[in-house]
Amino acid sequence: MKLTIKRVPTVVSNYQEDAGERPRGGCGRNCLGHCCLPVSELPVYAFKANPTKLPLQEDAVPTDFFINLLLGQWEDRMTQGLFRYDVTACETKVIPGNLGFVAQLNEGRHLKKRPTEFRVDRVLQPFDSAKFNFTKVGQEEALFQFENSGSDDSYFLRSAAATVADRAPNVVAINVSPIEYGHVLLIPRVLDHLPQRIDQESFLLALHMAAEAASPYFRLGYNSLGAFATINHLHFQAYYLTVPFPVEKAATQRIPLAEGGIKSGVKVSKLMNYPVRGLVFEEGNTLNDLANLVSSACIWLQDNNVPYNVLISDSGRKIFLFPQCYAEKQALGEVSQELLDTQVNPAVWEISGHIVLKRRDDYEEASEASAWRLLAEVSLSEARFEEVKAYIFDAACLVQSQVEEETDDAIYAPVPVGPSAVGEGCLVIP
Amino acid sequence: MEELDELRGSFLLTDPAMPGHPIVYASRGLAALTGYPRRELLGRNARLFQGAATDRAAVSGVREAVRAQRAHQVAILNYRRDGSPHWVLLHLAPVFHAADGRVLHFLAVQVPIAPASPPRRHPGRPAPLAACREEARGEEELPCASHVGEVFVDIDKRGLEAEELRIASGCDKEMALSTANNIFSTLNRYSKLTGLVVCERRCDSVGIPALSSSLNLSLGRIKQSFVLTDRHLPDMPIVYASDAFLSLTGKDFCCSNHLTYPGYSREEILGCNCRFLNGPGTSAEVLEEINQHICREEACTVHLLNYRKDGSTFRDLLHVSPIRNSSGKVAFHVWVHLDESAKHDFSGLTPEVWQLGAVGAVRVAVRSLSASGSLLRPSQ
Repeated sequence: MKLTIKRVPTVVSNYQEDAGERPRGGCGRNCLGHCCLPVSELPVYAFKANPTKLPLQEDAVPTDFFINLLLGQWEDRMTQGLFRYDVTACETKVIPGNLGFVAQLNEGRHLKKRPTEFRVDRVLQPFDSAKFNFTKVGQEEALFQFENSGSDDSYFLRSAAATVADRAPNVVAINVSPIEYGHVLLIPRVLDHLPQRIDQESFLLALHMAAEAASPYFRLGYNSLGAFATINHLHFQAYYLTVPFPVEKAATQRIPLAEGGIKSGVKVSKLMNYPVRGLVFEEGNTLNDLANLVSSACIWLQDNNVPYNVLISDSGRKIFLFPQCYAEKQALGEVSQELLDTQVNPAVWEISGHIVLKRRDDYEEASEASAWRLLAEVSLSEARFEEVKAYIFDAACLVQSQVEEETDDAIYAPVPVGPSAVGEGCLVIP
Repeated sequence: MEELDELRGSFLLTDPAMPGHPIVYASRGLAALTGYPRRELLGRNARLFQGAATDRAAVSGVREAVRAQRAHQVAILNYRRDGSPHWVLLHLAPVFHAADGRVLHFLAVQVPIAPASPPRRHPGRPAPLAACREEARGEEELPCASHVGEVFVDIDKRGLEAEELRIASGCDKEMALSTANNIFSTLNRYSKLTGLVVCERRCDSVGIPALSSSLNLSLGRIKQSFVLTDRHLPDMPIVYASDAFLSLTGKDFCCSNHLTYPGYSREEILGCNCRFLNGPGTSAEVLEEINQHICREEACTVHLLNYRKDGSTFRDLLHVSPIRNSSGKVAFHVWVHLDESAKHDFSGLTPEVWQLGAVGAVRVAVRSLSASGSLLRPSQ
């Protein structure tokens, strides 16, 4: 039996609607496909190969350059009218409470059209070039290529051949239905038509982008199929929000690791006192070590048909992994109608605490309790989570140490930078 | 003050620092309206326009506004040199020194008020030759449509019931305001020569809401040259200015970071309208275009000639855009400047994208921080 749900897919590109109608090859417009991209020029941002703190050379780009480039290009596309709406005209607020969920009222984000069927029981599905994918996107929606400079310094080329390396270019494009200002998509190796599945190289690329932006307020996110990804073409999302995400403020409890697991320097914790159960991976000797470990975990999940979401936070130093089951519950009719009526699809941003609401009533009445209630439906049960966690540890060659650490209490994850006062102490689980 | 001679309208400037609070400048329009040649007005106190039938309460209101150094508008019966009475809308405004806030002048604009009913034809009665503060009905062309039929009115034929109270129309008030604005603009355009920046209101931070420290911090990280203005406050004052903007208004002869002629200080410009950057060479059409876009809450990019503090000019690539806060409504406007004649290193970005980067960074800061309630200082 095939499990499906009906949803109105989010439109991330202006070319998404007529995807089925255009003939392939020689499309006659500047797209990101094999027909156009190899002979086109896009700006290239080349990131530092080793994002550690090294003194900059004179001709390296200044530290805020990446942000300037991204926001400047984004604003430029705003003036060109490429977005479906002005997201800055949508009301937004931080809901009072310990975690500070961020709610937004956006009545125009979701189309008023017939919902499509999405299969939610297969996390891995083969790439289908007949369906919409990012090679069909017009180049005006692409902001720049994102490639490894191979050196210790970043640099920027205003215009360079799109296949500057021997492999397919990685492209950063706008999301025409942005959740927030600056919402972009990172599409690794766009010409290779990779389906939505994580591999080590792509994951490392995403970490590099977080490190390059070097801002605690710039996060990347990933949704697997079955966890509310709408397009089966490998992509990450990213945007700025100058407040901490609730999940970043939640308590965590370190999972002690036995010898073998410590080699990479990665620390693993469990999220505490948060509606969705998840793992937190941080530090690591190098970005590569962190990417290796987390991508192994993701690969196990997708190979074993467990939908999941990933949040990359703290400039690539901290990664949240959320296995989830909401779509399956929805397909089996196990979600309450009240929650279904909000039409909130809990993908990575919602799980992290940034919730876009479609109806004004929901927005006015949004509370920490209501957000908690919604997100609690997303989480795996404690038993199932422990089971999955054990498999993930296996796959990542981690061994949980049997020795209990002295303190059994939840350890608070420090807030990276935050202007608002956060209530200290543990949350009481309702 | 010869530049003021170019302006239309009936107005005068006084100097409150001199004994007797005399008139120090009278426009040609005022001379025509009141019948006094300009040389006869200089050195006199403006009460010379008042007369027997001038309402004492109105006069006392004006006196009080002068004492309190604030703007004031009142319809008042004045007398011309020949003794004939006429009604004017008197628009009084103090002219402040931008840096130290002292009152340099009082500006008084007189706009004739048309009678509500057709004027009765009375034989002109000679009124006592008392000095009155009379509004002069200028015979120059008036912009308001309602005055079209009365462009030139023969003074002798006008018979006014002196006791009949007149009320200024919206048109009259607009006329007064626009004349006053023009005068302020002119004073500023030539202030480079006088060395003074003037303001319509005392330019200190007391009148404007203070931005929160977290917003100031976030804005402080933005490297471009920009200011934020608040359209909801009178005369759309500057509420934030970046360091780079202050440097932009200074002159750097040595091509180093050390400015040989420093620009405006933050204290000088916070609370002031942006017009202090403009000068005689600044295109009025471009300024109007900017105003139109601001009113329509749209962004625009323009090239215009602007002036540094020392009076030298520079070609400015200016981008103005509305900035919304978390309520979704426009809270500020951002003005990002770029001196096109100076050398810049954009590391490969085009100047336009570099500027838009500042706009984006301001948007993110204002939106996010207002969502968490930390846009204004709590004491507001």
